[in-house]
Amino acid sequence: MIIAERKPFREIQDMVAPYGNVLIAGCGTCVAVCLAGGEKEVGLLAAQLKLARNLAGQTGRLGEITVERQCDREFIEPLREVATDYEAVISTACGAGVQFLAALLQDKPVFPALNTTFIGVNEAAGHYTERCRSCHQCYLGITGGICPVTMCTKGLLNGPCGGPIGGKCEVDPARDCAWCQIYERLESQGRLQQIEAILPLHPHSRTTSPGTVIHPAYLRRYAAHE
Amino acid sequence: MEASKVISAAPEAEFVPKILALVCTYCTYTAADMAGSARMQYPPTVRIVKYLCTGRIDILHILKAFEAGADAVMVSGCEAGSCHFLEGNLRARERVEYAKKLIAEVGLEPERLEMFEVAASDAPKWVQVVREMTERVEKLGPSPLHRVGASFAQVEAAVQRVVAQ
Repeated sequence: MIIAERKPFREIQDMVAPYGNVLIAGCGTCVAVCLAGGEKEVGLLAAQLKLARNLAGQTGRLGEITVERQCDREFIEPLREVATDYEAVISTACGAGVQFLAALLQDKPVFPALNTTFIGVNEAAGHYTERCRSCHQCYLGITGGICPVTMCTKGLLNGPCGGPIGGKCEVDPARDCAWCQIYERLESQGRLQQIEAILPLHPHSRTTSPGTVIHPAYLRRYAAHE
Repeated sequence: MEASKVISAAPEAEFVPKILALVCTYCTYTAADMAGSARMQYPPTVRIVKYLCTGRIDILHILKAFEAGADAVMVSGCEAGSCHFLEGNLRARERVEYAKKLIAEVGLEPERLEMFEVAASDAPKWVQVVREMTERVEKLGPSPLHRVGASFAQVEAAVQRVVAQ
C-alpha cells in the first residue's frame, strides 16, 4: 500500500490560516492503514486545529468527512456538494488523492496534510517499510522475491557492489545487503543458477511521468485514437 | 472609602483547577474508591471518567477534554505488568506520550497531560498524584482554552459524548 506521513502541524496550520471554514477530507484506504490520513487522523487533525484556533481566537467551522478512497472518482464525487459550504479543503490522502480532489473542486484550494513517502508494507502496528518503487519492470521472479531496485540502496540489477561487509550494506551498515539476501534466498530454494542470468538495462524510459496504464480489455474505449 | 478598598481588593474568583482523570476501573478507580472510603483528604479538583481499561482511551478523548475547558488531563491505569488486558496500560502510555506532542504543537503546555500508575490497593498514591497534578496546574495557571464558566459537568459531558461515538 501507499505509505504517507503527516506533515508538521505548523505547516498545515499555515496553509489554511487565511480561510475560515475548512473541510478536512480523509481517505479510508492506504493512508488509513498507515495511521496518517484515515477517519481517526482526520478527527485528530480537526481537534488540533480547533484547539489552535481557539487559542488564537480565530473563528470558522472545521468539517470532517472521510471517503473510502480519494483516488476513485465515484467516491469523491459526493465531496463536490459537501465542499460548497467551505472556503478551503485539507486532504489527508496521498498525493494522488489530493490531485484528484483538487481537479474535482476546480475553484477551491485543496491542501495536502500528508507527505507521501513510498509503497510499502505493514511490518507491525505503526511500523512501515518500503518494498516497491513502481519501476514498471518487476524482477522479483528471478531474484527470489527480493527487489533489487528497491531493497538495494544503489538499485543494482546484477549482483552486489564491492561494498557489503558481513551481509550488510556499505551505505548504511544497519541495512541488510539486498544482493546477499537474494543469494541466500535463491540458494535455499535450490535455484542459485538464476543469479547468473545477466539482466538487461533497466527500462528507465518507461518510468517517464506521468504514467498511464490502459487495461487491454478497455483499449477500444480509451485508446481508440492511438 | 473603606468599602471601595474592600471591593477593589476583593480577589478574583480563586482559581480551582479542573482536572479530568481518565482511569481504569480495575486499578486506579478502585484505589480512588478506597481513598474515599478511608476518608483520605485530597483537593476537590479532579473528576473521574471510568474506563474498562486505559487501553480504550483515545487521544481524541484527551484533546476533546482540553477543548471543553479542562485545565489538565491525567490518565491513570494499572502498574506496568498488571493490566487485566495485558498491555492496555502500555498502549495508553504510548498514546499519552504522543498526545503530549500533539498538544505542544498547538501551543498548550504538555505538562497539562500526564500518565500515572496507581495499583488497586494504593489509595495513598492516588491522593498523592491528585495533589501533584493539582500543584502542577496551580503553577501553570488556567488553561488558555479555559472556558469562562465551564463546569466540571460540561467538561466531563464533552468527553462522555466523544467516548460514546
